[in-house]
Amino acid sequence: MSSFLVISIIVVYLAVIFYVAFWAEKNSKSKWINNPYIYALSLAVYCTAWTYYGSVGLAATSGLKFLTIYIGPIIIIPSWIILMKKIIRITKGNKISSLADFISVRYGNNRFLGALVTIVCVLAIVPYISLQLKAISETFNVITEHTISGNSILNDTTFYIAILLAIFAAFFGTKYTDATEHHKGIITAVALESIIKLVFFLAIGVYVTFYLFNGPSDIYSKASLLPNFNSQQTINGLGGGFNWFFLSLLSMVAIMLLPRQFQVAVVENEREKYLKKVAWFFPLYLLLFNVFVIFIAWGGNIIFQNQGVDADLFTLMLPLKNNHEFLALLVFLGGFSAAISMVVLSSLALSTMLSNNLIIPYGFLRKYSKGESKENKESIKNIRRISIFSLIIVAYLFYKNFTLDRSLVSIGLISFVVIAQLAPAFFGGLFWRRGSSKGAKYGIIVGFLVTFYTLILPFIIDSQVIESSFVNKGLFGVELLKPYELFGLNLFEPVPQAFFWSLFFNIAVYVVVSVNFIGSYRERNFAEMFVDNSKYASLHENAYVWKGEAYVKDIRKVLIRFLGIKRTERALNLFFMKYKMDASYQLADARLVNFSEKLLTGSIGSASARILISSVVKEEEISLKEVLGILDETQKTKETNKELKERDKQKDEFLDTVAHELKTPITSIRALSEILLDDEEVDFETKNKFLGSILNESERVSRLINNILDIEKLSSGKEKLDLKNTSIKNTIHKSIDAVKQIAVHKKIKIIDKGVTDANVIFDEDRIQQVIINLLSNAIKFSEKGIGKIEVQTNINEHKIEVSVEDNGKGIHPDELKSVFDKFYQVKNQTVLKPVGSGLGLAISKQIIESHNGLIWADNVKPNGARLTFTLPLNIKTT
Amino acid sequence: MKKLLIVDDEPNIVMSLEYLFKKEKFEVFIARDGAEAIEIVKNNTLDIILLDIMMPNVDGYQVLKYLKQNEDFKNIKVIILSAKNKSTDIELGLNLGADKYIAKPFSTKNLVKEVKQLLNLK
Repeated sequence: MSSFLVISIIVVYLAVIFYVAFWAEKNSKSKWINNPYIYALSLAVYCTAWTYYGSVGLAATSGLKFLTIYIGPIIIIPSWIILMKKIIRITKGNKISSLADFISVRYGNNRFLGALVTIVCVLAIVPYISLQLKAISETFNVITEHTISGNSILNDTTFYIAILLAIFAAFFGTKYTDATEHHKGIITAVALESIIKLVFFLAIGVYVTFYLFNGPSDIYSKASLLPNFNSQQTINGLGGGFNWFFLSLLSMVAIMLLPRQFQVAVVENEREKYLKKVAWFFPLYLLLFNVFVIFIAWGGNIIFQNQGVDADLFTLMLPLKNNHEFLALLVFLGGFSAAISMVVLSSLALSTMLSNNLIIPYGFLRKYSKGESKENKESIKNIRRISIFSLIIVAYLFYKNFTLDRSLVSIGLISFVVIAQLAPAFFGGLFWRRGSSKGAKYGIIVGFLVTFYTLILPFIIDSQVIESSFVNKGLFGVELLKPYELFGLNLFEPVPQAFFWSLFFNIAVYVVVSVNFIGSYRERNFAEMFVDNSKYASLHENAYVWKGEAYVKDIRKVLIRFLGIKRTERALNLFFMKYKMDASYQLADARLVNFSEKLLTGSIGSASARILISSVVKEEEISLKEVLGILDETQKTKETNKELKERDKQKDEFLDTVAHELKTPITSIRALSEILLDDEEVDFETKNKFLGSILNESERVSRLINNILDIEKLSSGKEKLDLKNTSIKNTIHKSIDAVKQIAVHKKIKIIDKGVTDANVIFDEDRIQQVIINLLSNAIKFSEKGIGKIEVQTNINEHKIEVSVEDNGKGIHPDELKSVFDKFYQVKNQTVLKPVGSGLGLAISKQIIESHNGLIWADNVKPNGARLTFTLPLNIKTT
Repeated sequence: MKKLLIVDDEPNIVMSLEYLFKKEKFEVFIARDGAEAIEIVKNNTLDIILLDIMMPNVDGYQVLKYLKQNEDFKNIKVIILSAKNKSTDIELGLNLGADKYIAKPFSTKNLVKEVKQLLNLK
């Protein structure tokens, strides 16, 4: 195929991608862009050119081992519903824009740690970007000339592609100074490319399996005749098992901590609930991608047997060899898509880290603290743009000047191992509050050095064909220091063994240093906020402890330098509104300090934000103990506030009902007396009837008022019970006597059905009030003439039970509990509203409960209601 | 003779209203809850209803809804007489189609005036 044609196609393809990104930015509210599938597909940036070509290469030479890279993510991703949710919440809550910032914030806005993480990431990822460029370049050459050959930079199409990618990343990646803004253009383009690369890879898979061969069984039977076939397709015993285990673990870490993965999964996440879709969609994507890998690999091995074709290029060479150039072009475009997604997102993520965690905090703070907002913003964006170009160009030069002819997989895995050095600091920081910045720092450094010694150094020596006995004989000829078999451990292949030893030392140092050197109070504050995120997230700025002196106007000045006057005022107004503070407030408090730091974090990184804000405020040192104490208190205040609010609401409702209940009798009184006053012709009988009613209603009002006061006294605990050793039998009889008149009047019998005597300690007046209330209720709901009320007691060693039972209609089962509510009137009353305040049982309940007793209602057979209360026999005062 | 229905579960309020409107030469009907009120509405051609809201079983709002959904009854005038006098309550009552909302305790003179006005009596 002519290079002119291929280049034209690449240009058209890139134009489409640019257009899609542009369209997505324009329609950033569209449903097509804001949905879980775009999010899940953007995560597929995990599948780079390495997956496209390298997996097949690895499968061709080492069998199923390529799967480890995908098993890790498939295992870990369902747990994201919880784990990633926590990470996303912390990130959004603290306006974090990158992995470096995440670790830096967790360890107390630590500037050095942020820079260290940035450097580790750059060292790990730049060679990885080189690899992608190399893949583009090689496959371009293969498809145009069917060979791999080098040429000068200016004649190299890849160079121009790299520049175009840098322009793309810089254009769509630096629209906002605030790096926590979502880059919808880039993400949508990446999602589209994820579809393209999958479809094209499936196409070549189907082509190889069903067109070149007659299905999987055909390939298998032919491949199984090849030499080495059997040894490739097994796990290879214990050592092999360990290799599988550690490689899967490695990829588990990579899917979360590779800078581009953190960017898409965390920073670009629109909604937490998208994670639920991702939990099955993304593993499915990975499985689909890997279905045909082994068949393409076997197919390549069969067809190119002993022809010296690079297994990494099987995917491309198979269609070319059979003169299916169009299909080869699709493969090329798929691989191309995979490569450019990775390059664009990685350079974007790294440029944010470089600017916010390395360049600005170490070089530009003084300049910014004097500059105007417009200049500062432009300068920040320029730093990021230059970073993107530098990263891509350095990656390009790296690929040009070093012989990177090792397989794609090995360099990719080295990147993984380097990135994995951040895992202890990251995950430790999430779950272990004692993890300190010193521990994190030394852990990462030691881990990196071990990786360097056991993996990178021997790799460089090997690949650059430098004569050295280092790899085979160990440093200074000491066998125990052989990089691939450190301390004589020869169970593993190089990558898993480097991963094992580096993490072993990394974690050990992190833990030991953290335990022995307690971090500062600032660190511990963030540690609490990260580890106990669910507890502190709702406290917002209140979760931040700070003491000192600060003025709103100084902080405002700093904010204006980065946000401009308009955004600063808007943000501050929002803040004052949120905490119901007066905007004319002069002294800044901890909340404002924390709020302002967060506002700046997105633009210049957390460490710089902290340095800038603390330059205008006077902070006092606080002890660790004090921080923890204050945090605890804030937590409690919040809970108390919630309780108070609930109580306020209840009180409001109570007052509403009280007002309503008082108005009812007053309405009657007013209407009746107005009639009596206005109407001179009222006859004597009516007049008497009206006056009698007025009197009744007046009594009702006073009864109501007394009851309300009663219940208020009882529930607020102001009422002191007059506790005395008293005979319960006497009290019951006194109560029966008190209601006897009414009962006799209604021809209702009250029967003592076995009342045992016992001396119990209680407030006699109050208990009498309860029994009278129960009896009155029973009388009220019993039918005239045939009503029968039975009182009885039951006693055991702990308590005495007193029950009042009638033979009325009983209580509806739904209402057995609510009859004790204030102002509750039973629904199925056939009589006109009973004369009662609706408070009797509520008061009784209060009285019994303040005696540490219980009261409940149930129904008896064949009909009737029974109300029972208990009093403990050895009552303690409440 | 205009026909007036009192719907209230407070006997003394009913008593006063009954006296008041009998004196004004109304034919007075009495219902002690919503269900009774609906029965009376069905069997008589009423002119006006004085409606309480907080009643057991079927409450005043439900009665009002029933009236307004029914072609035959939707022209009967309704005055809500209720101790609930928050603006949200009043709004709800008027939105459901009541002609007037009078808060308890009310002035009897004013109530008579409002009733006459609604029925275009002098």
